[in-house]
Amino acid sequence: MPAVAFQNINKTYTGPRGSFHALKDVSFDIAQGEFFGLLGPNGAGKTTLISVLAGLARASGGRVKVMGHDVVDDYAAARKCLGIVPQELVFDPFFSVRQTLRIQGSYFGVKNNDAWIDELLASLGLADKANANMRQLSGGMKRRVLVAQALVHKPPVIVLDEPTAGVDVELRQTLWQFISRLNRQGHTVLLTTHYLEEAEALCGRIGMLKQGQLVALDTTSALLAGRASTMLRFKTDSALPPAMAAVARVTGRIVQAKAHDAAEVESLLALLRAEGVKVEDLEIGRADLEDVFLEIMQDSGSTA
Amino acid sequence: MSFEGAWPLFSKEVLRFWKVGFQTVAAPVLTAVLYLLIFGHVLSDRVEAFPGVGYTSFLVPGLVMMSVLQNAFANSSSSLVQSKITGNLVFLLVTPLSHWAWFVAYVGASMVRGLVVGAGVMLVTVWFAPLRWVEPWWILIFGALGAGLLGSLGLIAGLWAEKFDQMAAFQNFVIMPMTFLSGVFYSVHSLPAVWQSVSHLNPFFYMIDGFRRGFFGVSDVSPWLSLAVVGLSFVMVAGIALRLLATGYKIRS
Repeated sequence: MPAVAFQNINKTYTGPRGSFHALKDVSFDIAQGEFFGLLGPNGAGKTTLISVLAGLARASGGRVKVMGHDVVDDYAAARKCLGIVPQELVFDPFFSVRQTLRIQGSYFGVKNNDAWIDELLASLGLADKANANMRQLSGGMKRRVLVAQALVHKPPVIVLDEPTAGVDVELRQTLWQFISRLNRQGHTVLLTTHYLEEAEALCGRIGMLKQGQLVALDTTSALLAGRASTMLRFKTDSALPPAMAAVARVTGRIVQAKAHDAAEVESLLALLRAEGVKVEDLEIGRADLEDVFLEIMQDSGSTA
Repeated sequence: MSFEGAWPLFSKEVLRFWKVGFQTVAAPVLTAVLYLLIFGHVLSDRVEAFPGVGYTSFLVPGLVMMSVLQNAFANSSSSLVQSKITGNLVFLLVTPLSHWAWFVAYVGASMVRGLVVGAGVMLVTVWFAPLRWVEPWWILIFGALGAGLLGSLGLIAGLWAEKFDQMAAFQNFVIMPMTFLSGVFYSVHSLPAVWQSVSHLNPFFYMIDGFRRGFFGVSDVSPWLSLAVVGLSFVMVAGIALRLLATGYKIRS
């Protein structure tokens, strides 16, 4: 039984200006114990898909099951299996951190949970804020409480919707250490993020959404191996030869061009030499997830 | 029909208003006392609503019930609209609570706030005028039913309103006029015939009249008629609120 099963999910929003097809026939499973990354540009449908999973939105078609429980027909059992960390930094201003966690746990029928709450607070660096009111916390601290709230009922499936957007390095590391530990203990993790190096480091398998469609689904290593395997990277102040400019990715002074083998690397270098382009910090490296992501997004342009 | 999780949500909602008790309990009690002092002083020699019942005595139950109704409405409506606007309703939306549990918790907490404020108004104002407590069961029935009806109405308003402005409009253009024109400050028998008929279309009139019956043993209409009207109104409003919760009206996209 998969931890999460999306079956032919469609979602259409209808408004005064017409309808918008946010998800188009999305189907895939996440196995128990997996660390799964859901990637895609802004507006691709990642948060909509998570909202359908969490019961915050209703699918226009298709079914979602969490640990075998349908999120509509058997919503109570499905939601008990889910811990959702929402993208927005929201909080209840009436309560302290500990009260917030106790209340959230009680909705799930969890009682006398203080030992686990203490462990959550300690693991997320919140121990000294337990009795502080939510309003007094910094943005980073509020983000940690959001994570603790999602975990307070020890759900087997943890969903993190861009949990590290705009947070400092220390919190990111604390968070990933803790989530990785939970994953090793058997919790399934579904992560959406714009930080592709995080996804590459953490996720065993990745799905990519573009304009509501699933355009890639594979293990992270297979995605990296199956696409452009070598990248030529250098810095330059000169104009690139037109043949190279057409295929390279340029970010300020940094130029990155894909090359599948040594012969392609050599022909790119010959092109630069012929045009007299002065390069610095030349290196040949393995393609990373960002390269793969951009390639897939470009390739799937025609499917949109 | 599952009520699992209703008690924690009810407790949280009670704790929420209790934490700001000055605003949610003390302030409405003070407002009601000011009404009593001003209207009671100005009108005490000029109006006799029921035979043998002085105006100030007549006014006290009306003010108590008005406070019960307004505060029951304010509790569920403001809690929901605040949670929607600040976004923290998501913490509740991801829980296994059924629409029945939501309804029982929100309306239950509204009833507690309404009845606590009503008891507060009673405690303070009872020293200004003698009350008789002739048929106390009507006091309990109409107090609880009225608070439940307005708590349910607050739930609907809280689900419907998308901003504080809309909530204020609902409160000021629907709840306030219906409360003030229900006979809190006067007996509808003192009105011209046309306005008496109009008053009889207002369900708030039956809540106030039935509640007052408990104190004096006299009322403008039969308490059984009032019970039927208020009971039916509660069933209808509660039914609508439950339906909106079950379909996720304006809270699940």
